[in-house]
Amino acid sequence: MIFLTMKVAKQTFKFFILVSFLFANAFAMADNSSKDPVVSGNKVDTAEEIREYISHHLKDSHDFHFYTHNESGTHYSFPLPVIVWTSNGLKTFMSSAFHHDDAGQVIVDKGDTKLVKIHSKIYELDQGATSVNFDAEHHATNAHKVLDFSITKSVFGMLLTGLLMLLGFGALARGFKKGKSVPTGFSRVLEPLVIYVRDEIAKPNIGEKKYRKFMGFLLTVFFFIWILNLLGLTPLGFNVTGQIAVTACLAIFTVVIYMFSGTKDFWAHTLWMPGVPVILRPILAVIELVGFVIIKPFSLLIRLFANITAGHFVVMSLIALMITLKASFGPVVSTGMSLLLSLFIMVIELLVAFLQAFIFTMLSSLFIGMAVEEHDDHH
Amino acid sequence: MYNLIGAGLIVIGGGIGLGQIGGKAMEGIARQPEAAGKIQTAMIIIGALLEGLAFGALILGK
Repeated sequence: MIFLTMKVAKQTFKFFILVSFLFANAFAMADNSSKDPVVSGNKVDTAEEIREYISHHLKDSHDFHFYTHNESGTHYSFPLPVIVWTSNGLKTFMSSAFHHDDAGQVIVDKGDTKLVKIHSKIYELDQGATSVNFDAEHHATNAHKVLDFSITKSVFGMLLTGLLMLLGFGALARGFKKGKSVPTGFSRVLEPLVIYVRDEIAKPNIGEKKYRKFMGFLLTVFFFIWILNLLGLTPLGFNVTGQIAVTACLAIFTVVIYMFSGTKDFWAHTLWMPGVPVILRPILAVIELVGFVIIKPFSLLIRLFANITAGHFVVMSLIALMITLKASFGPVVSTGMSLLLSLFIMVIELLVAFLQAFIFTMLSSLFIGMAVEEHDDHH
Repeated sequence: MYNLIGAGLIVIGGGIGLGQIGGKAMEGIARQPEAAGKIQTAMIIIGALLEGLAFGALILGK
């Protein structure tokens, strides 16, 4: 009986977490709708404000910013650590030291170095300077950028994803290690997905003989992208797979892997294509090399980046509809419209989140398959 | 202005391409429903390649 109560309590706790998470979502949306276009007497251009808000969301930032209460000017956010390498060595502090300033007004004094944040980038003031001077194009004239190793929002998202994957797949692997043939709990959800990646993506594209070596990479990339895409749909405001640096890094992994696992046949076909006139072979070699080294990874990284960025942009624009149409349709109609539209686009985004992870893994395994293929039939 | 016209042209081209892919895949599935899975996978791959091309052009034009 006690066991049963404990089990129920555990379930209730999980349920409570889930419900509070959903409510957090609702609140985050509610805050958006209650945002007044009038700030302390000054009329603010709502469209401009929304555009700024969206572009701010699409970029990486040094803190989690949920919303700002316009009347009181209070920011609802929580800080993340800033780790920078300045000309005077390593400096660490929490991003709350900047007090949400993004225009270089607040100067963080770390003894021998003064640091400011301008447009989400951290600058170090030159020796002797006490405030930032800007030129006509709003570039800082007496400050320079520093090497930034901060745990930004995106880095935090990636670490969180890594932790989630470690927990989930660690449990799955431990279950198999113990000799259980059927996984239990959450592993039961993960196992079919792993099997799916193996049977539908890796095996048909790489081949029965060689797929095993690349499963680690393919599974990691698949779940990494998928979980990050899904995290991007939560109101936490992650946009990690919409950062071009992240997708570029993933594409570089793929290139390095297929370049270094290329067989003799692959290189022969790339550099000295058999079966075509000798005069054409150098031209073909250049085309093939450019294709493998530049075009294929470029299309991989652009696809993921552009899809996720465009998706976030559309979702946020539709949510912002309730503010832009408030004046002409009234609060109830505009909110209902935006709720309906953003609900449908969210469902599509759920599909896109999976599809992009699938496509990235699929094309990676296709390219790897091209590289490791052995030609039995010589032409 | 010109980049907006370019973006429109890219979307037209990509739309025609995607329409061709989707339409032919539908025809293929209607003729041979048991090959639906394979056709779908191939369709998604070609769609993704096309998408990469179109997005690349959009990013370059921006």
